[in-house]
Amino acid sequence: MAILRQLLRRKLALFGLLVILVVVAAALFAPWIAPFSPDDQLFDGLTIEGAPLPPDGKFWMGTDLLGRDMFSRLVYGARTSLIIGVVANGAAVLIGTFFGVVAGFVGGWLGAAMMRFTDLMMAFPALLLAIVLAAIFRPSLWIVALVIAMVNWVQIARIIYTETRSIAERDFIEAEWGLGASRGRILLRHVLPHLLSTTIVWGTLGIATTVLLEATLSFLGIGVQPPTPSWGNIIFENQTYFSSAPWLVFIPGAAIILLALAFNLVGDALRDILDPTQKGRH
Amino acid sequence: MTAYLLRRLAQAVLILLGVSLVTFVLLYLLPADPARQIAGRSASPEVVANIRAQLGLDQPFHVQYLRYLGALAQGDLGRSYQQKTEVAALILSRLPASLVLMVGAIVCELALGLTMGVAAALRRGRTADHALMLTSFVGVSAPQFVVGMLLLYVFAWQLAWFPLGGYGGFSHLVLPSLTLGLLGAGWYSRMMRSAMLDVLRQDYMRTARAKGLSAWRVVLAHALPNALLPIIAMIGIDIGLFMSGIVVVESVFGWPGIGQLTWQAIQRVDIPIIMGVTLVSAVAIVLGNLLADLIAPFIDPRIKLR
Repeated sequence: MAILRQLLRRKLALFGLLVILVVVAAALFAPWIAPFSPDDQLFDGLTIEGAPLPPDGKFWMGTDLLGRDMFSRLVYGARTSLIIGVVANGAAVLIGTFFGVVAGFVGGWLGAAMMRFTDLMMAFPALLLAIVLAAIFRPSLWIVALVIAMVNWVQIARIIYTETRSIAERDFIEAEWGLGASRGRILLRHVLPHLLSTTIVWGTLGIATTVLLEATLSFLGIGVQPPTPSWGNIIFENQTYFSSAPWLVFIPGAAIILLALAFNLVGDALRDILDPTQKGRH
Repeated sequence: MTAYLLRRLAQAVLILLGVSLVTFVLLYLLPADPARQIAGRSASPEVVANIRAQLGLDQPFHVQYLRYLGALAQGDLGRSYQQKTEVAALILSRLPASLVLMVGAIVCELALGLTMGVAAALRRGRTADHALMLTSFVGVSAPQFVVGMLLLYVFAWQLAWFPLGGYGGFSHLVLPSLTLGLLGAGWYSRMMRSAMLDVLRQDYMRTARAKGLSAWRVVLAHALPNALLPIIAMIGIDIGLFMSGIVVVESVFGWPGIGQLTWQAIQRVDIPIIMGVTLVSAVAIVLGNLLADLIAPFIDPRIKLR
C-alpha cells in the first residue's frame, strides 16, 4: 500500500498507471465497449471504390481495408496485448527466477552449467531467436506467448542471479547457516523474500518488452494470426494503405507506444521506490 | 595480460561452439522436412528419400552435427531452399548495405543519445531534464516499424524531403538510420545521464571548477571522457539491437540488406537463410562483447584484467 501511495505521488508513474487501467478496462469489457464485432466486414464500412473510411461520427477511428470498425478491433486487440504481456512475461519471470536462484544459491556444477547456458542464450538477438522459434512452431496466441517467454527469460535470469549471489553473501545469511538453518528454510524465508522487489521491477519493465516483441512479430506476419486482432497485426494487414489511410497504422501504433511507455514508466518508478541502492541517483 | 587474452578467447570459442549447437538443435527440431521442400510437392517418396540421403538427413544426430560444424568451419551456411544459392554468398552480398545502415544508426544514436544524456545531467531536476528523459522513454517504448512508418509518412510522403525508401545516396540513408538509431539513443541518453551525474559528483570535478576552468571545458575535457566508459561495454548489446532492428527497419524502408533478406525468408519460410542470419548475428555479438572487454582496460587503466 505504501508503495502504491508513493507511485501515485509521481506524475509520470500515475500517468502510466492510468493508461494501464484504461487498457485493462478495454480488454475486460471489450464486448460492451466495442460498438461492432471486431470481425464484421460492415456493409457500409468501405467507400464505393472499396477504400477504407476515415474517422467520422459512426466509425470514430475509421474502418480498415476489409471494412471492419477500427475502434472495435483496437479494443479487442487490447486483450491480445495484455494476455501476451501477462502470460509470456509471467512465464519468462518464472523461468528466469528459477535459473537465477538455482544458479546463484545452489551453485555447484548445475548452477555453473545453468549460467553458461544463460550466457549462451544472451548471444542470440531476441527478435531473430523469436523469428526462428515462431517459424518452427505454427503461431497461435499461446505459441507466440511461449516463444516470447523462451526468449525473454534470459535477461531476468542474469539479474536474479547477480541479486541472489549478493544476498547469499550477506551477514544475516551467514548467521542463519551458523544457527543451523536448513538450506530450504534459508531459501524460502530469507533469499526469496529479498528477491521480491527485483522481480516486481523487472516483471513490470518486462511487460513493456513483451508488448513490443509481440507487436513486432505480428507486424512481420509471424505473430498472432488474423483474424484475431492484435495491435501489431492490424498494422501488418493495413500497411499497404498507410499513405492514403494513415490512421490505420498510426492509431494502433500509438496504442502500442502508450502501453509500452506506461509499463516502462511504472517499472522505472518502482525501481526508484523499491531499490534503496538507487536512492539519490536521480 | 596474455593469460587474460587467451582465457577470454577460449571463452568466446566455447560460446561460439554452443551457438552452433543451439542453431543445429533448432534446425534438427524443425517439423518442416527440407528434402520435401527441395523436391517440391509433387515429388515421389523415392525422390524425397533420395534427397534425404544426399543431404545426410538419415544420419544420426551427432554425425549430422559434426558435419554441420565442419561445414561452418569452411564458411558454409547451407543452401537456401527457394533461391537454390549458398546462404553465405547471399548474406555476404547483402552485408555492405546493412553495414552502411548500421554506421548511420551508430552516428544517430551517439549524437542524439549522448547529447540528450549530457544535457539532462547538466539540467538535473529541471523541466528540461524531465522532458528529455520522457523523450528517451518514448524512444525505447516505440516499436521501430511505427517510428519508421511515421518518419516515412511525414518526411517522405507529406514534406517530400527524403525519398520513399530504397537504396542509394545519403538522402536514402537518413530516415532508416534515424529509425534504427532511436532505440539505442533512448538507452544511451539514460546511461549517459546517470554516468555524468556520477562523474559530476567526483572530487576532481570540484578541483577542475575551482581552478577556474570554463564550464564547457570542465564538461568536455574532464566529465565526458570518464562518463563515456560504461558506454563502451554496450558494443555487444548494440550489435544485438541492430541485428534485430534491421529486420524491421529494412523491410519498412526497402533497404536491400541482411534484414530485408531475413524478412523475405520469413515470408517464404526459407529456414536456412533465417538460421544463417541468426548464426552470423550471434557470432557478431560474441565478437563484439570480446572486443568491448579487450578495449576497456586500454581506455581505463583502473579496470583490472581478470
